[in-house]
Amino acid sequence: MTDASIDTHDGEPSRRDFIHIATGAFAAVGAGLVAWPFIVQMNPAADTLALASTEVDLSLVDEGSEITIIWRGRPVFVRHRTGEEIAEAEAVDISTLRDPQTDDERLVPGPDGEYRRQYLIMLATCTHLGCVPLGDGAGDYGGWFCPCHGSHYDTSGRIRRGPAPLNLIVPEYTYLDDSRVRIG
Amino acid sequence: MSGPSTYEPKTGFTRWLDQRLPIVRLGYDSFVDFPTPKNLNYWWTFGGILMVCLVTQIVTGVVLAMHYVPHVDYAFASVQRIERDVPFGWLVQNIHSNGASMFFLAVYIHMFRGLYYGSYKPPREVLWILGCVILILMMATAFLGYVLPWGQMSFWGATVITNLFAAFDGGTGIITNWLWGGFSVGNATLNRFYSLHYLLPFILAGVIILHVWALHVVGNNNPTGVSVKSRADTVPFHPYYTVKDSFAIVLFFILFAIFVFFMPNALGHADNFIPANPLSTPAEIVPEWYLLPFYAILRAIPNKLLGVIAMFGSLLILFILPWLDTSRVRSMRYRPIARWFFVFFVICCLLLGWCGARNPDHLVFQTGVDAEGHATGFTFLMLARINTAYYFGYFLIILPLLGLIETPKARPASIDASVLGGRKVSSSGAAVQPAE
Repeated sequence: MTDASIDTHDGEPSRRDFIHIATGAFAAVGAGLVAWPFIVQMNPAADTLALASTEVDLSLVDEGSEITIIWRGRPVFVRHRTGEEIAEAEAVDISTLRDPQTDDERLVPGPDGEYRRQYLIMLATCTHLGCVPLGDGAGDYGGWFCPCHGSHYDTSGRIRRGPAPLNLIVPEYTYLDDSRVRIG
Repeated sequence: MSGPSTYEPKTGFTRWLDQRLPIVRLGYDSFVDFPTPKNLNYWWTFGGILMVCLVTQIVTGVVLAMHYVPHVDYAFASVQRIERDVPFGWLVQNIHSNGASMFFLAVYIHMFRGLYYGSYKPPREVLWILGCVILILMMATAFLGYVLPWGQMSFWGATVITNLFAAFDGGTGIITNWLWGGFSVGNATLNRFYSLHYLLPFILAGVIILHVWALHVVGNNNPTGVSVKSRADTVPFHPYYTVKDSFAIVLFFILFAIFVFFMPNALGHADNFIPANPLSTPAEIVPEWYLLPFYAILRAIPNKLLGVIAMFGSLLILFILPWLDTSRVRSMRYRPIARWFFVFFVICCLLLGWCGARNPDHLVFQTGVDAEGHATGFTFLMLARINTAYYFGYFLIILPLLGLIETPKARPASIDASVLGGRKVSSSGAAVQPAE
């Protein structure tokens, strides 16, 4: 540290150096511990987290239509796909995709282990900047289209063209029985 | 700045105070006797105008905070109540919302002035960097404030801007959930934005004090860019520039008043008179005019992460400008080539603003039709890309190279000589002269 300590200790660290470093390190750890609550307080609060799941009855959605439900304050698409849409989604060569995923990877199997491929559940927020895309076959790929910056999604909600980096996000959900799912 | 203080306390009380807290001396040295180049033109009045803008925003903002309710169920209605029911609320609210635009208008002119006259060059690098910090704080404050009325543009603007940060967390939502205090823009978001919108202007005021302090250490630049060499080059700040600044402030207030009284919503967006609706995105999300050039840069790049990096980069590049510009001649008055590139740079910024306001796929002009009969031609996306390239090229290629190849014109020997028409240094001598 100082010339004096180097002189008396032949360049070896002195006891005072040790105390300086130890005190400094202790203060740094203390500052970090104090800062942590002030940073973490901004995360979703317990009551917000408590509202973090919702249930939906899929049998209410007719084939070829979709509903938008609210989960965690944001919209979620529940689409009952037609056979044609499913076939179109499965026919895509995933190696050509920006965010490669098969159609099945975007679904969750039911309690019997079978996929209910007609029901597609995804967050209704564009992965570019969070706008709500237009549905019901909008866009050049028959799925969804985000009007904000022109992202096109296919019938599996996968990004096909435009600035969005990822497919529409599939939330965590589980089938409670044949036609009811719990999201979250 | 230069020389010892010339303040002489005249009364018993000021003598007594001066020995205990020399605050009168500080004010006298800074704003009365401060030696200022005697050739400053009206572009130099924008510093004073900006001071007035800040005070206006803080005073009106404190008043608005007395009536505003930061809750998703009441925010929109409370702003409408301020506009309609609170006595003179319409006036205070219109001054505050248009004041933000006036603040940015003044700050952009202030910055273009600095760019043209080389006010970022040694020894004013720290002064310039503090100005860049001020710009970023202003943008953050303006964005937070725009969210508070909780209209459709407020909500979706907040959604889009906070989602920019999702470019850095790989879609996990760690950063965005932390920013929102939930899983989407909601009540927790509105609350914290309100808190920060109230806080940031005071941090801004603190950085502005540092900015003025740095100015008073190195002194004003001036239209010639030639350093102050003697007392003959300067006049005292008061009354010369207090009067000049005041006159400019009055003119600026006339423009301000035209907006406040005759077209208070001209710079706003109609969609912000629709209450926020998380289920419906407006057809087009457009930021306030002063952020449009940066929005255009964001959209000019097809990749989200790179777009976000370019947008932030367009601001951050200003911080290193003092080291990118290799020319030792400050004022572009004496840089015959650079001044043209500067003119193009101003046009480039305006064009980027235009691109930011328009749909990227729409046409600037049509050149033909495609097989299906749709019009084809030069789109706003192409225009935005060209201008984004020029924006970065100006800082990264043109300014670094130009300083090496350009032959500057002869500069006056001193400010005094430039004003009174004195001896000039020769052109050949100017090129090799060290920075003044």
